[in-house]
Amino acid sequence: MPIQVLMPALSPTMEKGNLSKWLKKEGEAIKSGDVIAEIETDKATMEVEATDEGTLGKILIPEGTADVAVNTPIATILSDGESADDLGKAPAPAKQEKAAEQAAPAEVRETAKAEAPAAPKAAAVPDPEIPEGTEMVTMTIREALRDAMAEEMRRDADVFVMGEEVAEYQGAYKVTQGLLQEFGAKRVIDTPITEHGFAGIGVGAAMAGLKPIVEFMTFNFAMQAMDQIINSAAKTLYMSGGQMGCSIVFRGPNGAAARVGAQHSQDYSAWYSQVPGLKVIAPFSAADYKGLLKAAIRDPNPVIFLENEMLYGHSGEVPKLDDYVIPIGKARIARSGSHVTIVSWSNGMSYALKAADELAKEGIEAEVIDLRTLRPMDTDTIVASVKKTGRAVTVEEGWQQNGVGAEIAARIMEHAFDYLDAPVGRVSGKDVPMPYAANLEKLALPSVAEVVAAAKAACYR
Amino acid sequence: MAAAKKSVTKETGQEKGQEKASGAGSPPDFTREQELRALRDMLLIRRFEEKAGQLYGMGAIGGFCHLYIGQEAIVVGMQMALKQGDQVITGYRDHGHMLACGMEANGVMAELTGRQGGYSKGKGGSMHMFSKEKNFFGGHGIVGAQVSLGTGLAFANRYRGNDFVSLAYFGDGASNQGQVYESFNMAELWKLPVIYIIENNRYAMGTSVSRASAQTDFSKRGISFNIPGEQVDGMDVRAVKAAGDKAVAWCRAGKGPFILEMQTYRYRGHSMSDPAKYRTREEVDKVRHDQDPIEQVRNRLLAAKVSEQELKAIDAEVREIVNASADFAQKDPEPDASELYTDIYR
Repeated sequence: MPIQVLMPALSPTMEKGNLSKWLKKEGEAIKSGDVIAEIETDKATMEVEATDEGTLGKILIPEGTADVAVNTPIATILSDGESADDLGKAPAPAKQEKAAEQAAPAEVRETAKAEAPAAPKAAAVPDPEIPEGTEMVTMTIREALRDAMAEEMRRDADVFVMGEEVAEYQGAYKVTQGLLQEFGAKRVIDTPITEHGFAGIGVGAAMAGLKPIVEFMTFNFAMQAMDQIINSAAKTLYMSGGQMGCSIVFRGPNGAAARVGAQHSQDYSAWYSQVPGLKVIAPFSAADYKGLLKAAIRDPNPVIFLENEMLYGHSGEVPKLDDYVIPIGKARIARSGSHVTIVSWSNGMSYALKAADELAKEGIEAEVIDLRTLRPMDTDTIVASVKKTGRAVTVEEGWQQNGVGAEIAARIMEHAFDYLDAPVGRVSGKDVPMPYAANLEKLALPSVAEVVAAAKAACYR
Repeated sequence: MAAAKKSVTKETGQEKGQEKASGAGSPPDFTREQELRALRDMLLIRRFEEKAGQLYGMGAIGGFCHLYIGQEAIVVGMQMALKQGDQVITGYRDHGHMLACGMEANGVMAELTGRQGGYSKGKGGSMHMFSKEKNFFGGHGIVGAQVSLGTGLAFANRYRGNDFVSLAYFGDGASNQGQVYESFNMAELWKLPVIYIIENNRYAMGTSVSRASAQTDFSKRGISFNIPGEQVDGMDVRAVKAAGDKAVAWCRAGKGPFILEMQTYRYRGHSMSDPAKYRTREEVDKVRHDQDPIEQVRNRLLAAKVSEQELKAIDAEVREIVNASADFAQKDPEPDASELYTDIYR
């Protein structure tokens, strides 16, 4: 029976990829280990090796097809004695085959997305920073980040980016793609694997007046550099009586990705947002990623810019403006409602927005606030909303104890106690190291159902 | 043991030379002006530190206070090798470095007493002082952190294409921190103009070098990164200046980092609360008697027929500066309460 070659998953978060090139032709003999195709993922271009021997029977997905879902049959391999006539025998789920034959990117994308966190939609409430009638461009968050860095590097020769694999590899998550080609090795600097050291060098360069963007491959690795971030970057302005500060951005993916286990899945929102001297940003939408990263690079203070790997490939509308900079420290009302306030940020917004849709079906109109910046925290926007709704739920992927949700609850208690009709609910990551097993990982993270339940509890329903 | 040591040297085949500058005869003589300047600058540090010790005993200075007495020749000699625009960064034993950089005694002493006229408005303290004007980048309380930061200063010089050199001072204790080697690697990799000055005063707090370090020759700590290093008699200001000249020239020429191990000694405890149980009184007295950096210069000046009177005049000038700084530091008001919330962001 002919063997199906399926679209492989080449990274923990890959849901789809582009079939960029076939290196074997139909009818050509294939040995195990032969490279048969090139696939471009969201992170890199990878070669696909055959694991079976035989003859390439039929190519099901032509080269140049974009957004092919993982596990879609892309070709068949015929064993000895089989001919192309046997192809009809290849077992393939009808739906997948249809998607594959038509190679309809839109449809494949929809299929892949069904289980993934919702891509940020256009805000229900328009962002005041965008003038009416501005043309919007759809781009991935990855591209928004890259564009933000490139624009700031064009604008200011003191801005440079350093980190592991940011240059020749084009970024471990392809966020710095193309920067080396435009700005050269002087300003796009590959470092050795040495977080403590290069974080300190970055801070020293910033003290001397440069404006480094220090990329951590993930914030999990920044624990190695914690001393330089907190003791040197955050405190020097104060300790020097205002003489010497540093304009520096530490950025990279934060929080859980997918199935990478406890040491690569921690959310550091609470850790950094506790420290005076730091600004902490954790956006959700593509537009916010761009506008806030530009603001972070221009800010004269050390800024922690927490990204989310699960969101990198998600697309959103970004205003086509020459200089789209969003002020740090302002929350955004992503959806307005009058019954309950849901406060979240970064990927927590995925659960919050979906939960708001669910709640709406039951007649509960949730107001969803995307904090965007964790420090300084936009307490006014939260309090104003709670005064309107009388109820609040926080949503975060990090742990609950001493979490950002706990801080938000405390501020609501301090500033809107008399307006509260119910205790503030907290939905968070569970109090465990992140497990590897798919089912356990799902349980360890917040869920839409938990947010819905917390919101209903706050509404006594 | 000797054989093993020899084979290490041979194996690494350090072309740039792991020399013993101090062992290779006496250093070039100073001019009379250089001797006088060195004497004055070292005396200022010595008297300042003695006064700081007194004020600490009186309760006017709080917290940690690490005195530089005994090590004065290092910062004074190195400063003589620098030019305007070069940067200096160090750890927590930093008062001497600041005075050598030309920072005012008043501002340093007032910071020690936590007053508004201190270099950090009283918000930094002994270990955290800075002067943008004098290119002094601190004053860092975390052992070893200044090594990466100083490497970053050098990175900025290289990025801007100027020929300034960054001096990163640290001790024998800090030499065992991991980030020191992370910095060494990148500094040589990127040819950064930084001089790593290891002030080996024989004790990291109360732990002697031989009890803490597998390789006690600190000039060799850069060998696996191809960074040249030298051991220097850190009690002889002329030897320090000569080694500094060589290292500075190396860095300015774009050849990358350089390591100078300054062999020195601190007379006082690690901090003011040091029980001094880890070494003998005799050991301290011997160094003080045989090697004191200030006495060396004074004796040479006297031998060169400089009058006692002239030397006394220098001493008087220095005492006046120090006394005035102590007065200022005790009379100057504490920072206004409103300063609590300033300088967190800019």
